[in-house]
Amino acid sequence: MTSTATKLPPSGRRFRFNWVDGFLWFVRIAALITIVVGITGSVQNFMAGEGLSATQWRDLLISSTSTGLMYGMIALGYSMVYGVLGFINFAHGEVFMAGSMVGFIGATLLFDSGFWDSNPFAAVFIVLVISMITSTIVAVLVERIAYRPLRNAPRLIPLITSIGVSFFLQYAFAGLFGFSTRSYPPAPGALGEEIIIFGIPIQGTKLLVFVVAIASMIGLWYFVSRTKAGRAMRAVAEDKEIAGLMGIDVDKTIVLTFAVGGAMAGVAGLLWALLFRVVDNLMGFLPGLKAFTAAVLGGIGNLPGAMLGGVLLGLFEGVGPLLVLDGLGIPAVSQLKDAVAFAALFLVLIFRPSGLLGERLGSEDRA
Amino acid sequence: MKKTSMRLVAALGALALVAAACGGGTDFEEGALGSVTVEAGEDIQIRSLQALSAGVEFLGVPNQRAVELAITDFGAIEGHSVTIGTGLDDICSAEGGAQAAQTIVSDEAVVGVIGTSCSGAAQAAMPLISDAGLVMISSSNTSSVLTSALDGVAQSDWHEGYYRTAHNDAFQGAAAATFVSENLGLTRVALIHDGDPYTNGLTKAFEKNFTEMGGTITVHTAVAPDDVDMGPVLAEVAASDPELLFFPIFPPAGIPLLQQSASVDGMENVVMMGADGLSVEDFMGLPESEGMYFSGPNTQFGPENKNEATGKTGEEFLAAYEAAYGEAPSADFWAHSYDATTMLLTAIAEVGVVDGDKLHIDRLALREALSATSGFGGIIGSITCDEFGDCGVPIISVFQHNNLDDILASKTNIQFTYDPTG
Repeated sequence: MTSTATKLPPSGRRFRFNWVDGFLWFVRIAALITIVVGITGSVQNFMAGEGLSATQWRDLLISSTSTGLMYGMIALGYSMVYGVLGFINFAHGEVFMAGSMVGFIGATLLFDSGFWDSNPFAAVFIVLVISMITSTIVAVLVERIAYRPLRNAPRLIPLITSIGVSFFLQYAFAGLFGFSTRSYPPAPGALGEEIIIFGIPIQGTKLLVFVVAIASMIGLWYFVSRTKAGRAMRAVAEDKEIAGLMGIDVDKTIVLTFAVGGAMAGVAGLLWALLFRVVDNLMGFLPGLKAFTAAVLGGIGNLPGAMLGGVLLGLFEGVGPLLVLDGLGIPAVSQLKDAVAFAALFLVLIFRPSGLLGERLGSEDRA
Repeated sequence: MKKTSMRLVAALGALALVAAACGGGTDFEEGALGSVTVEAGEDIQIRSLQALSAGVEFLGVPNQRAVELAITDFGAIEGHSVTIGTGLDDICSAEGGAQAAQTIVSDEAVVGVIGTSCSGAAQAAMPLISDAGLVMISSSNTSSVLTSALDGVAQSDWHEGYYRTAHNDAFQGAAAATFVSENLGLTRVALIHDGDPYTNGLTKAFEKNFTEMGGTITVHTAVAPDDVDMGPVLAEVAASDPELLFFPIFPPAGIPLLQQSASVDGMENVVMMGADGLSVEDFMGLPESEGMYFSGPNTQFGPENKNEATGKTGEEFLAAYEAAYGEAPSADFWAHSYDATTMLLTAIAEVGVVDGDKLHIDRLALREALSATSGFGGIIGSITCDEFGDCGVPIISVFQHNNLDDILASKTNIQFTYDPTG
């Protein structure tokens, strides 16, 4: 009997050499060796008492993780929109910026009136609400004005539109706030001090980032998996047409997706501003790009993947240069942190092209 | 048949051009770079190219205002008033400098430029400006790559037609290193720059001088100008165990760096030092900046420092500035801008050839006049240009910030003055 399928010869597996595969394997092995040699070098340095001390490593890990959590929160918006509409919303970084910038107005007003320092948690909560509302409004407006008319256009068109919207928002905010950087007031009360948790001193603001990010993630998980609206979102992400036929209001669900993504970005915006304190109209560009990278790293369309990707990206960028490159003997490595972050994306994808937790694509994209 | 008639047309055209060029009944002969003719009733066009945005407005805006005040004080040249048109923005970057230079050279009436604010912008602007035959005098570029390292050899980015009244950072590097090594007695220094030729030039000059004096540079690293997360770079600096951190960058990156250094383990006892890019209100208003040292050009000008073209002293200028703009200048290069403008206008007045109601300004003659500047009395001191355009007075002072409410008062708290000429 004949078969058109390739049959393996009984004597063992035939190795078919493909140049592309070969090159990829070469790159994978070379990358692994470089990383292992780098880490070994760093460990040796550490044992010899050179380089960062144990407390410095610990602090670096904590601050890298907190930055990563913020990237993760922004990445959620990218993943959700990709899952539902199938394109990357490049304007999402500017949604993050919008929340921060408008929150700055609130923070300054509260600071000037003395409320900021006298009621720290209430003040931060108020600014958090302002930031979330602003980001949500911007995200929903962008969807309504720029993306909804393009709902049936080829996927490239809304992508390019989103780049245009990104520039528009950057310069609209520059027009409103000016180009110079603004500073948030210093973190008030307990947030500005070091708090000891499990014997580890951690800055109040960083602890807030951990708490708020984890709480938001739990809230989002509950929303997406346990509520009707969340089920509708998952259905629309799975297959828009059939979801519509099932009686789900697709337009409303998409607006909700943008709103939730925007709200998360608003929270991230406030946390970022509390932690780093400087805000300006271009602050959303690089974090937005890194958050998109994080979303792809974790598996695009996959929400836990976005969060994991964010945390990992924060760690790669903060700890990576000092752990790997410093061990290889390269001087002044911290200036390479952005390069390391994007190289990490490349490296993860050559080992696992669908991202760490696998991508979740809609019916139109699935093979 | 067609070919011959084409040749005829070409020959006639060439003749016409020659006739036009040789036309006019004056003794004015154009030099190799061409000339600018200012018609009757027209203004002499110069341009101001400063950093008016991108977080560095504190530097460019007072420079442009000083140019405007200098023009008003100098007055008209041979009956033609001088104008800068619209002030151009170099956004303190190479792209901004190149773009603005394009705008400038496309206007053939422009004679000279006062600018740029940032060395990075000048690097990109000068090739265009030099090729077009213009001159540019900067009042705040300090990077050595634009002229020379003071060793008689032109650096990579030197172009004909470039001059500056600001000091060369080879001096500031030496001044800062001398201060840290001899006055503070420290031997371990970490350096942070931001990739800009000014900041990197300054840290390199510091490293060169400091190591010659026997000190050690523990780490020489960089941040991006728009970075906000300073955790990794501060961890790296802290791990190298320095006694002092010299970070001559700009406020957008300097502010987060200073604010976050307080919470990094190992940075508590490190002395912080910045340069003129940071000695501005945005940065010096931060409570963490108290006690920091700043190096920069000397700004204490006595009453004997008068600009010889206008007769104004530094104090009179500051009073006029305050009256016109309601505030004091936000950066330290206002006197340099004022002197640069008067230098240019003096040179224009010198080489301008009057032709009835018109004024001819030969570009090559203007360059030669500027290059020959010697002993020109400015508010900053006596200005003499070397062969590579360094005309600045190299007096650098280091002050310690001791007054968060009054920045100008803090700047008088001078701990060290470096003067290789005196």
